[in-house]
Amino acid sequence: MLKEALVKKLDYDELSNCMRCGFCQPACPTFQETGYEAASPRGRIALMKAVADGVMEPDKDFVDQMNLCLGCRACEPVCPAGVQYGQLIEQTREAIEEVQEHSWWVKAVRKLAFFHLFPHQKRMYQLGGLLRFYQRSGVKKAVRKLGVLSILPKQMREMEAIIPEASGKGIVDFFGGTVIPAVGERKYRVGMFHGCIMDVLFNETNRNTVRLLSEAGCEVLIAPDQVCCGALHAHSGEREQARHLARKNVAAFHKADVDIIVSNAGGCGAMLQEYDHLLAEDAEWQERAQWFASRVKDISEVLARLVEPKEWQLLPQRITYQSSCHLRNGMKVTKEPVSLLQAIPGATYVQLREGDRCCGSAGIYNLVQPEMAGSLLDVKMGHVAATQADILVTSNPGCLLQMKAGIHRAGLEGKMEAVHIVDLLARVQKEEKPLSTPE
Amino acid sequence: MLPESIREELRAIVGEKNCLDKQEALVAYSYDATPMQQALPDVVVMPKSTDEVQQVMRVAARHHISVVTRGAGSNLCGGTIPVGGGIVLVLSRMNQIVEIDEQNLTITVQPGVRTVDIHQAVEALGLFYPPDPGSMVISTIGGNIALNSGGLRGLKYGTTKDYVLGLEAVLPNGEVIRTGGKLMKDVAGYDLTKLLVGSEGTLAIITEAILKLIPKPQTQRVMLAMFADMAQAARSVSDIIANRIIPGTLEFLDQGTIRVVEDFKQIGLPTNVAAILLIGQDGEPQTVERDMEQIAAICQKNDAVQIKVATTVEEADEVMTARRSALAALSRMRPTTILEDATVPRAAIAPMVAAIQEITERYGLQICTFGHAGDGNLHPTCMTDARNTEEIERVEHAFEEIFAAAIDLGGTITGEHGVGIVKAPYLEWKVGASGIEIMKGIKHAFDPHNLLNPDKMFAKHSRNRVVVQRA
Repeated sequence: MLKEALVKKLDYDELSNCMRCGFCQPACPTFQETGYEAASPRGRIALMKAVADGVMEPDKDFVDQMNLCLGCRACEPVCPAGVQYGQLIEQTREAIEEVQEHSWWVKAVRKLAFFHLFPHQKRMYQLGGLLRFYQRSGVKKAVRKLGVLSILPKQMREMEAIIPEASGKGIVDFFGGTVIPAVGERKYRVGMFHGCIMDVLFNETNRNTVRLLSEAGCEVLIAPDQVCCGALHAHSGEREQARHLARKNVAAFHKADVDIIVSNAGGCGAMLQEYDHLLAEDAEWQERAQWFASRVKDISEVLARLVEPKEWQLLPQRITYQSSCHLRNGMKVTKEPVSLLQAIPGATYVQLREGDRCCGSAGIYNLVQPEMAGSLLDVKMGHVAATQADILVTSNPGCLLQMKAGIHRAGLEGKMEAVHIVDLLARVQKEEKPLSTPE
Repeated sequence: MLPESIREELRAIVGEKNCLDKQEALVAYSYDATPMQQALPDVVVMPKSTDEVQQVMRVAARHHISVVTRGAGSNLCGGTIPVGGGIVLVLSRMNQIVEIDEQNLTITVQPGVRTVDIHQAVEALGLFYPPDPGSMVISTIGGNIALNSGGLRGLKYGTTKDYVLGLEAVLPNGEVIRTGGKLMKDVAGYDLTKLLVGSEGTLAIITEAILKLIPKPQTQRVMLAMFADMAQAARSVSDIIANRIIPGTLEFLDQGTIRVVEDFKQIGLPTNVAAILLIGQDGEPQTVERDMEQIAAICQKNDAVQIKVATTVEEADEVMTARRSALAALSRMRPTTILEDATVPRAAIAPMVAAIQEITERYGLQICTFGHAGDGNLHPTCMTDARNTEEIERVEHAFEEIFAAAIDLGGTITGEHGVGIVKAPYLEWKVGASGIEIMKGIKHAFDPHNLLNPDKMFAKHSRNRVVVQRA
């Protein structure tokens, strides 16, 4: 059954493009960690092709190997043949999902998260409100005191400890409207993609994004009908639902008629930029999807072009940067975040060894593959500690949470903080004092 | 299929995690970087020490099981494909740099160390290990030694064989031999070190190697010279060497490759020129400066259309981009890329390129050529599609003629990729019937039961074509 689904979903031309040179292997975290050929991009593609060619049956080991992939796509930039590995692994996961028999509770959780929660932004805010109540009312303290959390697996407990203070309202509520005018002369009309989790757990980052854009001369439009980008869906094999969300977003931003669509989360940005691929077989939407995809930029690209670092205030601290895989390998944005950090007056930028390697967060990977995620994180934190930085900068919410968890796990709390690049830039922007960072 | 009892024996030696026999693992070790070749092993064993390798070989010898040794599996001759099944012995867990000896200028390594890691480790100390195969970011030193790998610096610095001073190797019966040592001179008996280098895993399993290091050159400079006529480019190569200059790099791209690279990278290469030479020199700053001036003058005299000398690191990078992008650009053209390595004396480069072009046109194929002009090692690269069997058959005939043309010009069927399975049918063209006989005798002396990498190097039937033959 899985075999038929794979044969149907997998792009055979793309599979054939892999020439098995192995250049992907040094870049692949799971290969580096295990040393198994099957745990490398070349190996996984070989397995996919073996199934498509009828050489092997897709058994449990096959599925396990596909699930062990972080989806960080570090293999793509180093591939001489330009194989679109990210698309192949998504197609494989879509096929696996189609035939997978989940236990009733996994089914329930998946259905709740993928269909009833993420796609409905209002529900996300409601959940954010609940979480905020939990965090503020003393329930959290009581729960911790009672040791109730000990029933959760370790990785969930670690997450609970570092989750930021949630917000029950989004940035539209906060700004009281969907159009925020540019300060001074208007240079661009920018559509702000606020994300689903971003707007609840990182609402301050979203507010800072709007502020920075507006002060840089952008009129910011927060398209009111936008929804979750669908990245978590696509990476978990729910590509049809991802397409559904993509159409909604394309429509929302097309209507807003913007010059640029800006994202402040690498994971979302890469997904948005691939809407043209996602909707490639949808004749009705293809043209608008291309319009949309070609306008997607990361916040660091827009700011690097527009802001004047001379007006920033002094920050006499050591800064290092963990790049988001999807920002780097998906959106191909590598220079801008670093050049922005290097431009902060007084700050010392220290390059993080293997800062281009996945931190192990990878969507919900750290929850479903705790062992591999944990060992990747430990290696990462060793390198982070060696930088002796005061501030560890990231550009994606998942990575930010993982880095916070890593700081907690490595006992670096009090010595170092993890900050989203937008929040750091808002901190050094002279005009206005930033709002306090929730810890 | 090996009996469970034998797999149990192997597990007891290397441990559960290092003995793989599930379908998914067998498929993952059924190939290397050679196009269209694949065969499943029975079991994959990943030893961590010489002792474990010995024990595995004793089990293999006792039960007459074939053993194919493998590192990263980046070779292009099918050398690590387990055509007869049996054990795939992966040495990538033996990946320690044992010692860097600054007194003797040697490095001692285990076979699973990546070549690039050797470079980085010694260059940090101001030392240099020159061999630089194109795949060195993934390839392991064990594989480099087994295949006597070349690279971009072959002309001036030689290849892997020139840097291997001593080896530790496990024989098929499980005994360990040590050859050579930290010695520049050693004529005690047959040179088994040199014999094992390039033996493609057919004689013994290399478990440790002592490599020679040299001081790191102080400076490096590069230039691009473009020619409207292939013969002028080839004459420049000969003239440079006739002028007693040995460049550190002397690379070549033909017109087809230039067009594809320019299409891919848009670096401003003129697409109407017939050939580009990438010429580099390293060493003492003054010598490098003088050599670069002379080389430029020679190219000018031979009617170079344009010469671009890099003065900064960024410019050098830009100049190198043309050569570095060649394979990437070519491999994006069609699904299947066959990178070959016919080699001729360097004075014969122009007729060899002309022969490749003629053969390509006659068979109606897309073959572009680039490679190491300085040492005559060319990479005619065919862009094709493995699914098109009719075309693949034409590819096969074309390459057969290309290898024959190389032999006719005094060259060889492979300069740096090895014989493996894909060149086995042509080996006799190069070494003759008595050459094959003596080689088989050596194989028998080391490996009387034909356990190590069987069916490699020597074709079972002469002239059986291998490009489309599936194992």
